[in-house]
Amino acid sequence: MRTLIRSGGPVLSRRSLAAGAAAGTLLAASGLSADRARAADPLKVGFVYVGPVGDYGWSYQHDQGRLALEADLGDAISTTYVESVPEGADAERVVAQLASGGHGLIFATSFGFMNATLKVAKSFPDVVFEHCTGYKRADNVATYAARFYEGRYVIGVIAGLMTKTNVIGYVGAVPIPEVVRGINAFTQGLRSVNPEATVKVIWVNSWYDPGKEREAAETLVAQGADVLSQHTDSPAPVQVAAEKGLYAFGQATDMSAFGPEAHLTAIVDDWRGYYIERTRAVLDGTWTSGDTWGGLASGMVAISDYNTALPDTVVAAAEAARTGIETGTLHPLAGPLTDQAGTERVAEGEAPDDGALLSMDWFVEGVQGQAPR
Amino acid sequence: MDALAHGDWIIGLGALLVAMIRAATPLALAAIGELVAEKSGVLNLGVEGMMLVGAVAAFATMVASGSLPLAVLAAMLAAMLMALLFGVLTLTLMANQVATGLALTIFGVGLSAFIGKGFIGIPIDGLAPLSVPGLTDIPLLGPVLFGQDVLVYASLALTLAVSLVLYRTRAGLIIRAVGENHAAAHAIGYPVIGIRYLCVLFGGAMAGLAGAYLSLVYTPMWVETMTSGRGWIALALVVFATWKPGRVLLGAYLFGGVTIIQFHAQGAGLAVSPHVLSMLPYLATILVLVLISRDSVKIRLNAPACLGKVFRSET
Repeated sequence: MRTLIRSGGPVLSRRSLAAGAAAGTLLAASGLSADRARAADPLKVGFVYVGPVGDYGWSYQHDQGRLALEADLGDAISTTYVESVPEGADAERVVAQLASGGHGLIFATSFGFMNATLKVAKSFPDVVFEHCTGYKRADNVATYAARFYEGRYVIGVIAGLMTKTNVIGYVGAVPIPEVVRGINAFTQGLRSVNPEATVKVIWVNSWYDPGKEREAAETLVAQGADVLSQHTDSPAPVQVAAEKGLYAFGQATDMSAFGPEAHLTAIVDDWRGYYIERTRAVLDGTWTSGDTWGGLASGMVAISDYNTALPDTVVAAAEAARTGIETGTLHPLAGPLTDQAGTERVAEGEAPDDGALLSMDWFVEGVQGQAPR
Repeated sequence: MDALAHGDWIIGLGALLVAMIRAATPLALAAIGELVAEKSGVLNLGVEGMMLVGAVAAFATMVASGSLPLAVLAAMLAAMLMALLFGVLTLTLMANQVATGLALTIFGVGLSAFIGKGFIGIPIDGLAPLSVPGLTDIPLLGPVLFGQDVLVYASLALTLAVSLVLYRTRAGLIIRAVGENHAAAHAIGYPVIGIRYLCVLFGGAMAGLAGAYLSLVYTPMWVETMTSGRGWIALALVVFATWKPGRVLLGAYLFGGVTIIQFHAQGAGLAVSPHVLSMLPYLATILVLVLISRDSVKIRLNAPACLGKVFRSET
């Protein structure tokens, strides 16, 4: 459906037209309706979040990106967000509502919004969509994600040097490649400095349930872990570490407030740069579809301030790993990689390509726990 | 497991029991309150919403005043206000209880998020567990019996008190009479609406206490929708327990227990899919429901006959 009537309506802005033209879908229509658009109309940018902005994790960081965008581009744009959108039929309704409400650029920030976004994008060729962590694209749908596993290698190095029991507890959300890849990179970092250490994984089967995350963390501590890492969204595991006098790493955002002594550092999702860059591209009419998978070097993944209690040697080792990854001399999942059964999966001198990374469903040696089936 | 020495095993079991009780306490608190409301014939599906408002009120008060008793009190009062709203709508204005309860939950989710905006990412000192010198250090039983926090003991005392009041006192008899047959209770001269208001308010206070337990003790923080469906589990527990206070407590421990045991099983490397393990609590509920339901008389005897029915004094 070519929504010419809607395009010519009062909600249209010149910039969203430019976006449509850039996507190569509305060239013919743009001349027709451009004169109806009001020049002063700001570009409306919509954000769809899977969690509440107050989750202090994933959705919170996306919203920080939105706020940075507002601060940077000022009157040229206006932003809207919809939070706690379930990954199902509701997502399509929300995305469609934003698109028909005159938004020229829509960021859908969860994997589960993929099909909904693509479906809506088909009906709104003059609107530009950005989908986070997905793999399906279209002329007006780009995808983006961050290489969090790079950061996880770095904190793995820190964990390896700080553990005394040689057992690291890892609270996992859901057994999908994204999480498995992170656990593997963490383990490789860990064992690069401490080959004796192992990682114990407990799945809570939820991205966000402070109570369950706490209990999983407690269980790991009861089973001998003295450093905790997490791939869930609440600061509960950090609190457990603080309570027990152990160490932990924050997830998605700096969680040091919840355990100033326990919190060694955090892997921070930093979407600010990407959101500003892509919105500028839409404003300039230079936006094109594509896939962005940024890591430490791009700033999309950041390591927050190190705990001042960390010995200099540990900080130096972590920084060396970080620099190595940033400059490309170190691949977090470089071979030789053997799986839990001892079979070699990646040969020495090789590294898994992005396709292999995106479908990773096996654990490297040194991980205790079950790989997804 | 072989790697663990005998002493470690005892400590591990102790930790498991403590965790089970901790996970069960918010469920038990909320469910006991709902049980009293339902015994008087009022079905309040707004438990989740009342818990959230209680949790945020407790947290906000804790940040502002630094006083735990005050924070707990604020949680109970805030959730009672929510319950009062429910009471006015369903008892005085005679709105449909199911619809109003659902609306109360949705309202509570939004209201708590709104109040809590400024409290995200702020740390507080939570309520620490008790430590009785000498007693808490006894292996296994020490931490389980003497190493819990005050609210755990409060949940046990309140369950006992509710059970005694409902089944051993005149007040309990009146509450049950109102829930069984409000017309008859009214005819004898009992103020049906007034009694129901009190029971609904008690349910609110307990839900507030459960919320306070989450934001002050269990995970001392405020994050939106932090109850993660525990209010709904509490509602299910009341039915699961066939409206018996003792069974509510047992059910809560079963629920908490299965959740914790599946984590320990995962950590111990048991080769069971985590998906199957996380289904276990719900599977257990269905199983027990089926077992209990075989005896239909028992259910009918315990379920309040007027549950969810609107009372009009002229009828």
